[in-house]
Amino acid sequence: MTGKTFRTLSGIPVEAVYGDGPLPGEFPYTRGVHPDMYRSRLWTMRMFAGFGTAEDTNTRFRELLRSGGTGLSTAFDMPTLMGRDSDHEWALGEVGRAGVAVDTVEDMADLFDGIDLGAVSTSMTINGPAPILLAMYVVVAEESGVERSRLAGTLQNDILKEYQAQKEYLFPPRPSVRLVTDAIRFTTAEMPRWNPVSVSGYHIREAGSTAAQELAFTLANGFAYVEAACAAGLSVDSFAPRLSFFFNSHVDFFEEVGKFRAARRIWAQWMRDRYGATDERSLKLRFHTQTAGVSLTAQQPEVNIARVALQALAGVMGGTQSLHTDSHDEALALPTAEAARIALRSQQVIAHETGVASVADPLGGSHYVEWMTDELERRAEEVFAHLDELGGGSLLEGVYAAIESGWFVGEIADASYRYEREVNAGDRIVVGVNAFTEGSDSRQAELLRIGQETEDLQCQRLDAVRRSRDDRAVAASLSRVASDAAEPTTNLLPALLEAVSVRATLGEVVEVLEGVFGTYVERTVV
Amino acid sequence: MVGNRTVTQLVAAARGGERRATARLLTLVEQGGQLADEVAGATHQLVDNAHVVGVTGPPGAGKSTLTAALTTLLADRGRRPAVLAVDPSSPLTGGAILGDRVRMVEATAAGVFIRSMATRGHAGGLALAVPGMVRVLDAAGFDPVVVETVGVGQVEVDVAAAADTVLVVVTPGMGDAVQANKAGLLEVADLFAVNKSDQPNAADARRDLELMLDLSDLTGHRRAGLPERPTIVSTVATTGGGVEELAGAVDDHLEALRSSESLAVRRQDRRSVEVRSRLDHLLLEASAAAVALASVDGSADGEAPGATAKRLADHLLGGPDHTR
Amino acid sequence: MSGDSPIRVVLAKLGLDGHDRGLKVVARILRDAGMEVIYLGLRQTTETIVDAVEQEDADVVGISMLNAGHLTLGPRIVDALADAGLDVPVVIGGIVPDEDRQALADAGVAGVLGPGAPAEEVVAGIRDAVATHGW
Repeated sequence: MTGKTFRTLSGIPVEAVYGDGPLPGEFPYTRGVHPDMYRSRLWTMRMFAGFGTAEDTNTRFRELLRSGGTGLSTAFDMPTLMGRDSDHEWALGEVGRAGVAVDTVEDMADLFDGIDLGAVSTSMTINGPAPILLAMYVVVAEESGVERSRLAGTLQNDILKEYQAQKEYLFPPRPSVRLVTDAIRFTTAEMPRWNPVSVSGYHIREAGSTAAQELAFTLANGFAYVEAACAAGLSVDSFAPRLSFFFNSHVDFFEEVGKFRAARRIWAQWMRDRYGATDERSLKLRFHTQTAGVSLTAQQPEVNIARVALQALAGVMGGTQSLHTDSHDEALALPTAEAARIALRSQQVIAHETGVASVADPLGGSHYVEWMTDELERRAEEVFAHLDELGGGSLLEGVYAAIESGWFVGEIADASYRYEREVNAGDRIVVGVNAFTEGSDSRQAELLRIGQETEDLQCQRLDAVRRSRDDRAVAASLSRVASDAAEPTTNLLPALLEAVSVRATLGEVVEVLEGVFGTYVERTVV
Repeated sequence: MVGNRTVTQLVAAARGGERRATARLLTLVEQGGQLADEVAGATHQLVDNAHVVGVTGPPGAGKSTLTAALTTLLADRGRRPAVLAVDPSSPLTGGAILGDRVRMVEATAAGVFIRSMATRGHAGGLALAVPGMVRVLDAAGFDPVVVETVGVGQVEVDVAAAADTVLVVVTPGMGDAVQANKAGLLEVADLFAVNKSDQPNAADARRDLELMLDLSDLTGHRRAGLPERPTIVSTVATTGGGVEELAGAVDDHLEALRSSESLAVRRQDRRSVEVRSRLDHLLLEASAAAVALASVDGSADGEAPGATAKRLADHLLGGPDHTR
Repeated sequence: MSGDSPIRVVLAKLGLDGHDRGLKVVARILRDAGMEVIYLGLRQTTETIVDAVEQEDADVVGISMLNAGHLTLGPRIVDALADAGLDVPVVIGGIVPDEDRQALADAGVAGVLGPGAPAEEVVAGIRDAVATHGW
């Protein structure tokens, strides 16, 4: 957008950036990954939503595309996230509830029916069974004539944070990380427009961690994937440019801004100095931000609009590449359409009214913000040193050791309990909860009541697929999955592609993998 | 009476397979007092059918997971295992978080009876309660009865060591074998499981352990009456690796005790230890009461502390006249 | 029950999701109030809860659920405990609309704790459930 002059509300012209170097776009990218940040391109206002059956979601996708969107964001239901078919006993009451149910390639086909997969970018929030869902997506695309190399999108595929925070794991850590690296190897070789991992601190923070823990654990996980992929034979610059990050934006404004700035600096330095990356794109940490769901209160929910707006502002001041703003009623129920619109409007106010997008890293040079950035970096480095020692010089081994000993979970539980006690003792004020409570009890929860029909329908569809497929081909493909899984250096993706293409179900594939890999039970740290 | 049933009725129900009755009897023993004595009276002649296995080791060694895998296997083979899982109480509040069941889901499904127990702080309480609880489980027909404790405190180690077979669980890395040595676990072990043996340095851990056993052989630190050098089994509790071998080693140990007639000796020792800890407890209570009385009635005024103690001891133990 | 014995409470989470932050905070609150918490954790079923209550001779059960299944699952747990001959109060934690509270009480649920309930309310909720139940 060269040529356009940016002016304040009162007409004062402003430069793209202020201060001395290193400037935004310059190593170590503390101030941002682009020289003029949002002047050339605003952040992506990516709104994520979960709903009902594959057809429902498909309708919503098409509406979105008609109104000019190009990115599709897919939320899966709990049974899918846990690698179970809709008729599994665990699935009872959860089918289609928090997202869409995908049991077979047929569901994936319905989900993207009539959509040109070569022309959109698809984000899939899935971890434990991520490579299986990726395989389904590829099969759907190729059956509709779109070759895999043209597919663009992002797989969350960040299994380490599941052991630390979100607890949606299927297998023990080591074979799970092997699945992550298999997806990295596969996409690096065959799907150059695909981001194979979105390293996510969001869930670590939601589980109750501090900002410093979110920063440190997330980047440690990122380094662990880099080590795992390099150990699997990839060169760092072949895949690192396609790693992305996903952070939380919580309510302590300057701490959050410092966290985002520190994240970029640490990543750039470590990738260059420790992992030998030379491609500039490998050094630039790009991230998506979501406001802190855990900070939303059920009391006086309208107040959440202010919280969300301030958290969104911190994300923008921290230089995020995309942003999701929570709806203010989410502490009570699934968001209403109106609440979701207000959340999006808050981003638009920040983007188009406040002027903060005119200047890159507008807080850079503030004594407090620079100190906070340094301080969070220092605290993160302490964690890296601890993990490095645990792992005998390997962050990957250190992360494994700290997962197995329950260290991450214990650190997060301590932080979470400390916070609760502070709120409880009144040492920390939460508006509407322990102070300014007039009007706090007026509102009551309205829950979305989901009928049994979705579940019954989905189970019928699954049954129909099971009855119409070639069972011998399914059995043969599953035994190949088992034998490839038992061979640690074999990439599982080809076997997974074959299995899902002959209509093996998600649950069947996961069960076969459990037979080889085992399951995982965390060491209880409460 | 407990609820609407007598202790005798509860014992009969427990022996008839009613788990709720077993659980209630365990509660009575754990709470101590007169009902606990009644339970002891009703069960002490019904025991010695179960193989009592102590499992201990450093924190994080995977004791629960291994105990679960072992008992699941035995249950699948038609045995009726029970587990008494002991975790520490908070010294500040007396509360506790007992998390062993989390790792024992499969064992529960296989029919293993699991009871979680907190140490409850009070001096010697654990040493008093656990033998009685083992007796309840034994009398109710469970076999084996596994007592699992964290091998950090002396009491915890002693409680697990009061068993027919003592299994010490260690892991590669982090100096588990050295820790176990310091905690006195080496001396009490009949069997070692080197758990998490899929980790790269597992062979080193096994070597460390062998070395330390060599040393303790030389210095004669092994517990008297132990037939031979402990067996070492490599396990991966999370996948079940080595668990069959471990089950075999546990059975073999019992067989070895039986054939060498050490089993009766051990069980006699165990009874003696329990008598001893109960006697200690009674004496402590009596001495506290005597001291309290002496300070209330003023009989100790002007007397040297040593003389008062001597006089009270003579009285408690039925010696010379304690009045002045 | 002798007066100085701690309350034994079984804590479990129903549902497939992995959100155990609230349950862990509650576990610590109850421990710090001197109770013995038998922690079952995530993804429990009616059967695992009944087994635990029976074998642990628990005084009370706390069930956390995030999804809106309380009207089905709450009564199901109460009935399953009764079927097993276990007379133990059930307290539910989660987002429960006011209009559902009476239905849960009618079904035999002893108490409901909303999200973010302060520590003293959590402790009192469990103590009251035990005290008013009795055995």
